[in-house]
Amino acid sequence: MSFMLGITPWPVASAILWIILIVAALYLIRNTAHNTIKAAAQGLHRSFKVAAKAVTRSEKKLEARNRDVLLAAGREAKERILEREFDRINETVRKDLANYSALHRSLSESIGRIEKDHQEAVDVPPDPPGWVKAVEAVAKMNAQEDRYSVGNILSDIHKSLIKAHKEAMSAYHEASARRHKLLRHMRPDWRRIQQKLTQVGKSVDSLLGRSVTIDRLMQEYEDIVHGQDRAISVLSSSSLVNFFVSAFVLCIAIGGATINFSLIARPMAEMVGGTSLIGNFRTADIAALVIILVEISMGLFLMESLRITRLFPVIGALPDKTRVRMIWITFTILFLLASVEAGLAYMREVLLHDELATSALLRGDVGATATGEYMWITTAAQMGMGFILPFALTFVAIPLETFVHSLRTVVGLIAISFLRALSLMLRLLGNVFLYLGILLKQIYDIPLFVPLWLEERMARSADDDAVLGRVGR
Amino acid sequence: MKNGCLIALCVLLAACSSETAPRNTGVYMLLDTSGTYNEELNKAEQIIRYTLSKLDATDSFAVARIDTGSFSEKDIVAKASFDDRPSAVNRQKRLFAQQVSEFVDTADPSPYTDITGGLLQAVEFLNEKGTGNKTILIFSDLKEDLEAGYVRDIDVELEGFEVIALNVTKLRSDNIDPREYLGRLEEWQGRVEKTGGRWRVINDLDGLDGLL
Repeated sequence: MSFMLGITPWPVASAILWIILIVAALYLIRNTAHNTIKAAAQGLHRSFKVAAKAVTRSEKKLEARNRDVLLAAGREAKERILEREFDRINETVRKDLANYSALHRSLSESIGRIEKDHQEAVDVPPDPPGWVKAVEAVAKMNAQEDRYSVGNILSDIHKSLIKAHKEAMSAYHEASARRHKLLRHMRPDWRRIQQKLTQVGKSVDSLLGRSVTIDRLMQEYEDIVHGQDRAISVLSSSSLVNFFVSAFVLCIAIGGATINFSLIARPMAEMVGGTSLIGNFRTADIAALVIILVEISMGLFLMESLRITRLFPVIGALPDKTRVRMIWITFTILFLLASVEAGLAYMREVLLHDELATSALLRGDVGATATGEYMWITTAAQMGMGFILPFALTFVAIPLETFVHSLRTVVGLIAISFLRALSLMLRLLGNVFLYLGILLKQIYDIPLFVPLWLEERMARSADDDAVLGRVGR
Repeated sequence: MKNGCLIALCVLLAACSSETAPRNTGVYMLLDTSGTYNEELNKAEQIIRYTLSKLDATDSFAVARIDTGSFSEKDIVAKASFDDRPSAVNRQKRLFAQQVSEFVDTADPSPYTDITGGLLQAVEFLNEKGTGNKTILIFSDLKEDLEAGYVRDIDVELEGFEVIALNVTKLRSDNIDPREYLGRLEEWQGRVEKTGGRWRVINDLDGLDGLL
């Protein structure tokens, strides 16, 4: 610094001289400097732009792949649902409509019986009374000749009339009673017919309902097959929901597995030793973990064999006979492991009591070694948990399958978002460098304001001279 | 894929086969039975029980008395190297406690106090067991009193050992001249630390939490 200020006897003059020299130098290389800044800024701008384009291309590819994955998963899920709906329809048709011929025969028989009873129940018109002809005969008699005998005849007629009336009433009552009886017989047939028709109606309604569901599902399936945006949107949101729900259930399952682990890790030390290590982990802990993992694996295979999940296509494609064998084998292994766990849980309780007794003895607290009357409850509870938890963990296969399937799309969505953000950032950075180049050029010109002003003045006067010259000519 | 499996297998084998330093603990406790200190043995029994409760599978523990000539296996009252199985460990601990209890009930006071001999015996025992942590507990007033003819002017190699003096009681003469008591402590600390050992004194038997 002192050297710089010492080029003249006066430091201020030296400083001014240096400033003039530097400004002059900067002015002389101004164009070159501007070009360099511009080239650097544009180079960076283009590089970032190219990088952003590459990232955008990757994002598009990933988006397409994710779309394909979503559509494939959605198609498979819809196929499964449709398959189940058709199974249900098949079951309904088999159960309700398979005996349609028997139903038809039963209905025809009921109707035939009703017709027959109806025919028999028709009201028969009563015979004309016998005394009508007697009355006609009396009316035709000569009043003078047969006046005496008329009274007798009328008296007989009256008697006959009363008798006939009684007989007719009796016959009428009998006939009515028979008809009512026949009509009463018809009533159960009517009810039977009504019930059967109601059943048929319900079956048909159920089929109609299912057909509506199938229509809706088929429409959704077609949307998926055609790759419509609405279908993608629905599948994407349902995939996210599935992911979070299955993750939540898996967390619960992990909690169950942890409880299971704590139940068997301690007594496992009796089998494999309490202090031996594999790496930095206790062998007993690893053994307990392995048992739980084997149980979960068996559960997965069992669920696969039952065709509840479809994580391993090989198992699903096995012949039914082999698959049933596999169900029994996995269930037996699971049952044995659950029994082992129940035994270990019992052993844990025994060890705990032993340890408590020893601790009490070492503390000199002999009274504490006595076991409680209700300790069997905790022992039984632990054994029960040891037996049930392996079976409960079997159902982990269902949320696991959902988690695995939804994870693909969720990871894809996250990667797409990341790439989109990266692309945006790269574009922003490219523009920032472009404008930074312009800004640097402006900043470069700030110390050169005097020569630039002079240059501008000179240029303007040269322009003015040129204009005056043209006007003079 | 094959290479990955091979590497994983190698790592697993290496993890299994690598020699790891022992992490178990070995404790050797010396009980001073000389003179009036014999009356303090009930306190020692409490410490032994506490120590037993702190020890775990594969640990080693021995209790030996300090008498006229303590450099002898005959002075070991009870010893145990705990099994790997928790149930066996509990059985061993109960048996150990019983043996110590019987000794405390029947112990006779010894005329002399050979602490150095006991220390040598302790070092030999713990080195033989090869435990990761080695602790020697000395339940004594630290006043060594050797019978004529016994040579104990030896540097005991205590590298890697922790020596803890417990219940170092003050003698009547210490009350008259406390420098004797302080001198005894200093002397033992010097002997232990000179050969690479770590030295601690715990007189408050209610605060045994940091013992092991």
